Amino acid sequence: MSSHKEVIYGLYNDEEELLSAVKIANDQHLPIMDVYSPFPVHGLDGLLHLSESRLHQGGFVYGFIGLLTGFLGMTWIFTKDWPIIIGGKPYWAVPAFIPITFEMTVLFAAWGMTITFYIICGMGPGVTNPVLDERISDDKFCIAFNKASLDGNTGKVNDFFRSTGAAEVNTKVF
Amino acid sequence: MSVVVSPIREPLIRGSKTYHQITEDLCAATERAPSLAWVLAFIVAGGALSFGMFCIIWTIWVGIGSWNLNRTIGWGWDITNFVWWIGIGHAGTLISAILLLFRQKWRTGVNRAAEAMTIFAVICAALFPGIHVGRMWVVYFFFPYPNTRGPLWPNFNSPLLWDLFAISTYFSVSLLFWYTGLVPDFATVRDRAKGFRKKLYNFLSFGWTGSAKHWQRWEALCLVLAGISTPLVLSVHTIVSFDFATSVIPGWHTTIFPPYFVAGAIFSGFAMVQTLMLMTRKVLKLEDYITLEHIESMNKVILLTGTIVGVAYLTELFIAWYSGYVYEQFAFFNRALGPYWWAYFGMMTCNVLSPQIFWIKKFRRSIYWTFLLSIFVNIGMWFERFVIIATTLARDYLPSSWSLYSPSWVEIGIFIGTLGIFFTFYLIFVRLAPVVAIAEIKHILKAAGDQYVDKNNAHAKQAALHPPVHHETAEHH
Repeated sequence: MSSHKEVIYGLYNDEEELLSAVKIANDQHLPIMDVYSPFPVHGLDGLLHLSESRLHQGGFVYGFIGLLTGFLGMTWIFTKDWPIIIGGKPYWAVPAFIPITFEMTVLFAAWGMTITFYIICGMGPGVTNPVLDERISDDKFCIAFNKASLDGNTGKVNDFFRSTGAAEVNTKVF
Repeated sequence: MSVVVSPIREPLIRGSKTYHQITEDLCAATERAPSLAWVLAFIVAGGALSFGMFCIIWTIWVGIGSWNLNRTIGWGWDITNFVWWIGIGHAGTLISAILLLFRQKWRTGVNRAAEAMTIFAVICAALFPGIHVGRMWVVYFFFPYPNTRGPLWPNFNSPLLWDLFAISTYFSVSLLFWYTGLVPDFATVRDRAKGFRKKLYNFLSFGWTGSAKHWQRWEALCLVLAGISTPLVLSVHTIVSFDFATSVIPGWHTTIFPPYFVAGAIFSGFAMVQTLMLMTRKVLKLEDYITLEHIESMNKVILLTGTIVGVAYLTELFIAWYSGYVYEQFAFFNRALGPYWWAYFGMMTCNVLSPQIFWIKKFRRSIYWTFLLSIFVNIGMWFERFVIIATTLARDYLPSSWSLYSPSWVEIGIFIGTLGIFFTFYLIFVRLAPVVAIAEIKHILKAAGDQYVDKNNAHAKQAALHPPVHHETAEHH
């Protein structure tokens, strides 16, 4: 987060008020910085023009890397590095490699996706991100505007908050 | 935003909760001083844990000879406990992953605790393969890594190694899934906390803000983790069953083992969830969130999986007879009528007969009967693993090698110790984290809260009386 950012935000009491307020903000071409909520509000992504998350595509790539690591690793070990006959089976006993290959796929996909998630969200152990209002994780739904992107038109934002039924309007500087 | 709800669904959140009330109710247990009941339970669990640790150290110090295993019976309580705990560890992922994919809203009340239970049960389970090898200080030989011993690699064709991969993967993926779900709730606790607790939960919440984009990614992540955890959870007990099924021991090398083990795992896991949740909801006063609907739904799963397990037992008996193979026939004759007949009958009674009371709605919705039955199933499933392992080994091909086995105090102590580990961790968990997923409960409030469900039902009734026909007429024009 960059320093000296002034944020005007309004708090709503219900997700349906929030959704209709976001629609009105879109109509009035107000540049919403972000919306915060205590739980995922469905229908918000489209209104905020958020594109679908590509995490699952990342998950596929990570899983595929895991699959190759597991299968090619076992192949190399049992055919090149230390070939050994076990129970009269061939060196390259493909059916016996399937369980571990599967587990490696899942392992890599899960860890890769989760780590990616925390990195792209700017989160991690011990990370402190600024919290606009402590009630956002409780029962308040928040629309935030960056004052810098409003071209000094704060009156319009205040009118917007008043007309859409925001319970509170506050300003915070980071 | 209208939410479509089937009118026959009963509410899953009672007491006309508001979002704020949900936060208050579910954070309360982490914010107040521990109750006397908690302290006493913690002392008992911690005592069991300490005694278990002592027995493990004793095993390592004295050697595996401190157990009563012998040359005929090489697996006894150790692997019985291992399979039992791994089975218990299956309910959490089943509830959180498979029920998420099936959009079962009732999972929300119990998923957090069930996932925690999974992780603690897998820790208990993973202990046994580690100590049963005897020389625990070289247990890292299990893992394939470039080493100075050749390099010598583990045998990738062995189901025991598959098991290592399955359980390690299962543990770590379950942990990720559980923790990712916890992060928004830790943020809720953080935003209410002061002083040291604020710092602690600030660390645990990873800097969560509740931004719309983060929620979107969080949901995407949880959905994909659920998607890959579903085959994972099925693979884990399948591979555990391969430990037996790929051998050449009569009574073990049966193709029915994977589905039979998976059903048994879900069965025992749900029983343990019931045992824990019935106590948790009482002690933490969560009756509004873990309702009779949740209990009844889980009892239905117990009835179904218990019956599947029963069918598997009977199929095994039939196939043993039908195979015409005397060793196979003897293995099952020995199970039912041999020296360990009591374990077989305990298993049959607890696992197959007793859950049948859940055909009757009154029992499914009775706290008392559910609790009693959950204990029965826990015991029955322990017997099942004991029957499969010790009873089978006790009577092998050579009658001169036939043997009997009963555990030494060290083996019993380690089992008690794992119960101690499990309950100690669970007790710490209920103090540290919200036992019911706060954000997920809020998310389903308008679909499953009693004040909304009643309204929806009224709407549905009205819609049924006056079916909307305007769509069809519009098309005709």
